[in-house]
Amino acid sequence: MAILIDQTKRVLVQGITGREGMARAKLMTEYGTQVIAGVTPGRGGEHVEGVPVYDTVLEAWEQVGPINVSVLFIPAPLVRSAALEAIDAGVKLLVIVPDRVPIYDVLSIAARAKTTGARFIGPNTLGVLSPGKAVLGMMGGRAASAKSWFIPGPVGISSRSGGITSSMAYYLAREGIGATTLVHVGGDAVVGLPHPEVMLEFERDPETKAVVMFGEIGTSQEERVADLIEAGAFTKPLIAYIGGKAAKQGTRFSHAGAIVEGGRGTHEGKVERLRAVGATVVDSFMELPQATKDVLAKIS
Amino acid sequence: MARLHEYQGKQQLSQGGIMIPRGAAANTAEAAYAIAAEIGRPVMVKAQVWVTGRAGIGAIRKAATPEEAALAAEALLGQRIKNLTISEVLVEEQIQIAHEFYAGVIVDDRAQAPLVIFSSVGGTGIEEIAVAHPDKVARSHVNIERGLLDYQARDLVRRTGIGGKLQSQLSELLVKLYQVARTCEARSAEINPLVLTTEDKLVAADCRITVDDYAVFRHPELGIEIAREYDRPPTALEKIAYAIEAQDYRGTFYFIQMAEDFAHGEGYIGFHGAGGGGSMMSMDALLRQGFKVATFVDTSGNPPASKVYRAAKIVLAVGPIDGYFGSGSGVASQEQFYSARGLFKAFLEAQLDVPIVVRLGGNGEDRAVEILEGLNGRIPAPVEGYKKDDSPDFCAQRLATLISEKAERREGEKAERQARDEDAGSSPESLYTFASPTGTVTLNHALCATCTSKVCIEACARHILSLNAEGLPVLNITPEEAKKGRCVECLACEVDCLLYGAGGGRVNLPIEGLASLQPQVKSQQVEG
Repeated sequence: MAILIDQTKRVLVQGITGREGMARAKLMTEYGTQVIAGVTPGRGGEHVEGVPVYDTVLEAWEQVGPINVSVLFIPAPLVRSAALEAIDAGVKLLVIVPDRVPIYDVLSIAARAKTTGARFIGPNTLGVLSPGKAVLGMMGGRAASAKSWFIPGPVGISSRSGGITSSMAYYLAREGIGATTLVHVGGDAVVGLPHPEVMLEFERDPETKAVVMFGEIGTSQEERVADLIEAGAFTKPLIAYIGGKAAKQGTRFSHAGAIVEGGRGTHEGKVERLRAVGATVVDSFMELPQATKDVLAKIS
Repeated sequence: MARLHEYQGKQQLSQGGIMIPRGAAANTAEAAYAIAAEIGRPVMVKAQVWVTGRAGIGAIRKAATPEEAALAAEALLGQRIKNLTISEVLVEEQIQIAHEFYAGVIVDDRAQAPLVIFSSVGGTGIEEIAVAHPDKVARSHVNIERGLLDYQARDLVRRTGIGGKLQSQLSELLVKLYQVARTCEARSAEINPLVLTTEDKLVAADCRITVDDYAVFRHPELGIEIAREYDRPPTALEKIAYAIEAQDYRGTFYFIQMAEDFAHGEGYIGFHGAGGGGSMMSMDALLRQGFKVATFVDTSGNPPASKVYRAAKIVLAVGPIDGYFGSGSGVASQEQFYSARGLFKAFLEAQLDVPIVVRLGGNGEDRAVEILEGLNGRIPAPVEGYKKDDSPDFCAQRLATLISEKAERREGEKAERQARDEDAGSSPESLYTFASPTGTVTLNHALCATCTSKVCIEACARHILSLNAEGLPVLNITPEEAKKGRCVECLACEVDCLLYGAGGGRVNLPIEGLASLQPQVKSQQVEG
């Protein structure tokens, strides 16, 4: 098992004729993802990497049948329209890759998604990857790299940073620890599927035995994960690292989410809160593999 | 987030139908005098700086006459508060306060919706009031598709114990405030205090609006120069860096200058990351070695080599750093040799003489490290490239070691410089030139004729070069196509050419404003 994506899901690529869309359609297909259609307005009738292109999501749905997931490679100003199109067509999971999507556009997408029961990952996400099964987005860059870097196993991975998602999975794999699914929740302040939602997904997945999380200063995602643990809603062992210790209050780094606002979202606050509910929080990123090994040894 | 000054925010409120005190901004004492004279009543003179509690530090002054207003403006203008210099004051009529409220709209990441907050008590210390008297503060999320409805606003006010005509007045104001926030796409918009005057009018006595950086592009009317939040005005370098990012949407380039006016030997490192999380982690590793960070840079999201080059040039312009440290997540999805080429070109031109350590793990890392380490012997500095199996801490330690070794060596021998063999035997006729999206590519065909590898043909990312009848590299597309973006500025025709070919390729990538800013920086920049 895996969460969110595996080889049985039928995937649409919006913006498939663009520079990124084309490259990532290739990555996804070569890795094992069922990419069944692409959409670019005005480019219907073409093919990209053997995948048929349609003018609208509805047309794609009519022609190729039900679509489980849509991955968006669309310039940020056009994301809102494309996402609403996919949601209205009935797609239940969106992966919004681009960054710099205006925040009120994200709120609009969130509101529409709520009314139809759809969910979205991102914006500003590298995507989701279930080792040995399928990938959504651009994680791994090349299929050959993704295949050699990530291995299947018992650990769920959730990260606020795209690059760190890959590096966590790679450094764990180097120690022989594989993953069920890697999720980059997205780097922005408002994301569709924040850490707590991902934890609930991993809770439901029987093959996930423990979760490794990369948190960051800013937002309340990590504190809400602690709330879930406290409430008994998330019961699997959690191993976490929180980045941004050096960030001064009020100094903002490239992730829009990494903003220290008031008392909420500080490095110390997150670490203390997670430790208080029994999570393993390491002080150095490179301690994650060993800490994960120790946790897995204890539960097996 | 891009912050608006009080007077700019008030203009937005006024356009949204919310009453503000009569007034205008002034940047000279004379202008302040004129505004006060026009108002014809006692005024407030308020420093336009992004700090809280201005009244308590004398940054808000009362003036009964235009003369007093001019004196107050003169005293305030040019003064420094924290990191900010006062360059404008708002001169506005004094209002007669009967009561103060608080009203705000903020984007709530947890609910993924705007949140409207109203407090029946406003003024300074609103945060403490909210904690001490929760019954006085009401909050309500807004359905973004419907907006804040009139009845929701009324109920919000009612929950703080306010009824009657005032309830209607306040709820109307909240609806308008939400609309202002929505219209200018504010991450937050606050009126504090919101004043009920002795004439029963609701007036916004102060205003703070921060606009979503990502939405600034569709709000030219707000006149935001740099869509980023700093706790001080942007430095000259930050402005140059932002202009690069604003003009080139391929990948991300984020730059913060963390230090100014430092000296060689003080332990300041030029830090150049890739990806937010990996960058912060790598910066932590640098700090653990006892270094100080002169710059925070992030080039990620698959930027072209030209953008990484410009980022590195800007880092080098920050001052006399003791070393250059590049490190991101370590397992990058993007092809790392593009970044390596950008760094190579920047370091070569600067003939950098302080140690360089760059962690280039990820796709194409072998090629990336080979390119970067090709600098050894071409510049005075030692250069080390690392891959995904090398940790940030290890790389930071390597930098520390190289820096201490260099300090020992400095006394005796002087590092030998190997200057570039500049365009040997070139004549204007032998130069083949075309424009790239942000620069100019020049191939010196006199050197190309001596080249046996013709590496540029194969290494060019988009394969836009072919050999002509004489066996010299030329475009196989039109120059217009190259300029429009078919040339992706991968820098192979300069860097790979220098490493593996005859060295006849140059890409000139100007950085507007940088040369005039840093005339003292040693540079061997090749012009055209």
